[in-house]
Amino acid sequence: MDKVYKRTLGIQEGVVSGFCPGCMHGTAHKLVGEVVEELGKLDKLVRVEGVGCCGLGQAYVSHDTIIAAHGRACAVATGVKRCSPDSLVYTYQGDGDLASIGLDETVSAANRGENFTVIFINNGIYGMTGGQMAPTTLIGMKATTAPFGRKAEEHGYPMHVCEVLAQLKAPQFLVRTTVDTPQNVIKTRKYIKQAFQNQIDGKGFSLVEIVTTCPTNWGFTPKDSITFLRENMLAEFPVGVYRDKDAGIE
Amino acid sequence: MERNIMMAGFGGQGVMTMGKLLAEATCEATDLKVSFFPSYGAAMRGGTANCFVVISDDEIGAPVCYNLEDLIVMNGPSLHAFIKNVKPGGNLFINSTIVTDPIERDDVTVISAPVTQMAIDLKNEKALNVIMLGVYVGYTEAVPEEVIIKGIEHKFEAKPKLIAPNVDAFMKGVEIGKAQRK
Amino acid sequence: MAERVFMKGCEAIAEAAVRAGCRFFAGYPITPQNEIPEYMARRQPEVGGVFVQGESEVASVNMLYGAAAAGARAMSSSSSCGISLYSEGISYCASARLPVVVVNVQRGGPGIGAIQPAQQDYFQATKASGNGGFKMIVLAPATVQECVDMVYESFELAARDNNPVLVLTDGVIGTMMEPVVLPPMKSDEELAALKESFKVTGRACIGHPVGQRATCFPGSVGTGQEIANKEAEKMYATWDKDVRVEEYLVDDAEIIFAAYGISARISKAVVKQLRAEGIKAGMIRPITVSPFPYDTFANLDFTKVKGILDVEMSIPAQMRFDVDHAVQGRCPIQECRRSGGQLLTNDQVLEAARALIKEVL
Repeated sequence: MDKVYKRTLGIQEGVVSGFCPGCMHGTAHKLVGEVVEELGKLDKLVRVEGVGCCGLGQAYVSHDTIIAAHGRACAVATGVKRCSPDSLVYTYQGDGDLASIGLDETVSAANRGENFTVIFINNGIYGMTGGQMAPTTLIGMKATTAPFGRKAEEHGYPMHVCEVLAQLKAPQFLVRTTVDTPQNVIKTRKYIKQAFQNQIDGKGFSLVEIVTTCPTNWGFTPKDSITFLRENMLAEFPVGVYRDKDAGIE
Repeated sequence: MERNIMMAGFGGQGVMTMGKLLAEATCEATDLKVSFFPSYGAAMRGGTANCFVVISDDEIGAPVCYNLEDLIVMNGPSLHAFIKNVKPGGNLFINSTIVTDPIERDDVTVISAPVTQMAIDLKNEKALNVIMLGVYVGYTEAVPEEVIIKGIEHKFEAKPKLIAPNVDAFMKGVEIGKAQRK
Repeated sequence: MAERVFMKGCEAIAEAAVRAGCRFFAGYPITPQNEIPEYMARRQPEVGGVFVQGESEVASVNMLYGAAAAGARAMSSSSSCGISLYSEGISYCASARLPVVVVNVQRGGPGIGAIQPAQQDYFQATKASGNGGFKMIVLAPATVQECVDMVYESFELAARDNNPVLVLTDGVIGTMMEPVVLPPMKSDEELAALKESFKVTGRACIGHPVGQRATCFPGSVGTGQEIANKEAEKMYATWDKDVRVEEYLVDDAEIIFAAYGISARISKAVVKQLRAEGIKAGMIRPITVSPFPYDTFANLDFTKVKGILDVEMSIPAQMRFDVDHAVQGRCPIQECRRSGGQLLTNDQVLEAARALIKEVL
């Protein structure tokens, strides 16, 4: 019988990810591995990893990995890509890393049009540190550092990364997507592939924001967290292509 | 033997260029130690520009020194601010076009040249620093004239038209310096 | 004799780095070191290198980390409060054992500090340039020529140890011009070989076939961190051979000046002046402030040495604590200090020396 599906070589064999049940990090990792394998570039792939649950990926992926200080992945990736233009470089960052402590590095790298790929996991909460408020936490959503729920007047509103970056001229590709259904996984896969292809073609900064769940810190079962994601997260963070210079979306 | 020189004036009088020309020439033409330090900090007030050049046959200690062998003042405020720093027996070079106050020390040698006016007369108003450098070199023979001329040629490499007028201005200064030598 | 060129400290530092093979520079504007990034912005494109003006010091030092992880000879420079923001990245480089060179052209402090020269960062440079108790070799040039020689050498030291190296200078030396003789330019072949040798260690994160993965993990998990810290400690223990110190007229000296960098060249001039008066003065100048030449001070003949004058452009004095540590109270130590961008002068040092002499001789 023919094998029709196998583990991507981008993920180490026999290693358990360490992600919680119902977490979507695993799907995102799988897609990156599959896409780059398809592009025939696994041997050129360099991962610059953010701090937080993203950091669990270091023991899980099979390609070159640099752990950046919290928030600095886009600066580190700038150093790597500029010194080794043939490498295929991506950062893998969560919302606290990319949109709070690392917002400066993110915006500045995007504004320079740095030629690397950003995979941004937005689940609206700090995962590894235990459910603190993130820049993307929804209004009314409880967090350990916002025990009465996020209040606009005190904490401001959720940070919309794609919309913010879409104000800049340089970025090539900005997209928000999710992986709650097989259809959306396929769509996300297509976006990630485009984001890496852009880099191979020297087109510059490409960011794929994946809106995901955090059942553990949201306090839901995996199934309920998907419902919450659809009803609340996607209402605040609409999926769609915010910038695709090739498709004339500016 | 160590020679501490301070050059002081308004910003825009080319004080830094004057110092650099002298120091670069010394570096190029001699085996002496030399340092250049642009005015920076405590001594910099109210648009005053100044710099220090030290020339020595031994290692140079502080590049900023307030025991001066030579002080060049291009404007009045610099005279009042720094005259106390000249060693007894030292030299004071003044731009006599605008430095008109009496010199309240009799233990220094005053070499004066109306360099602002001379530059105007030469229709080369920016050249007052080059003229003053000429006066200084003419009087002290700190470095050979030819070396400064080479420096001027180098400085105006990109604008060759300016070389001749500046060399001319420099030599006018040298004449005045030589004439005041004892 | 090779040709002398007249160069500003900061520009000489930048050119020396390029000649040593620096092909990546990231930095952020801060006085008094702006001539280094400005020079690099012009120079790196000429040699096929990369210059990036980072959006902050924090970003710049992390770009440096990425460049070094990719195997490039990389340098950055900043000044005092900017270096504070470098602590994160320097600590990461130390933890990940990446060879980078950092230059601190010191200005005043604490806080934003005066933009004028100072030596206010001694503790930061030698004791804790970031979290985690790592150490670096810290070179302290006293002339523009030494800036050139030490920056050139620091790339070799960094590569030898796979550890960051810090060049600790100040706004006087960075701003002043002096004649220098420049070292030879490393050839493209030499640089390619250097890059290759880093790649061969499997450490350059530039992409590898599956199964030959390179990683750059600062602070491994589990017992890895302790193992790494023990490895680092072993490396620090080899630095005894790297201690460098200038001893000037120390043999028969009764009064010893202790000073580094700009303060040392001023002190040396004063030693000469005192010698001319028949006073037996000498100077000990740590050239490596880390590792510090403790033995040089500890092994002084205290039957002869009557007093030490610690000269620093820092209030409170900082290097003095290392001198104290070595001297162990065997002779009086006095201080001559300036701070906040005020320059030391010969006269001031001389006056402090006379006060010490009056007391102990």
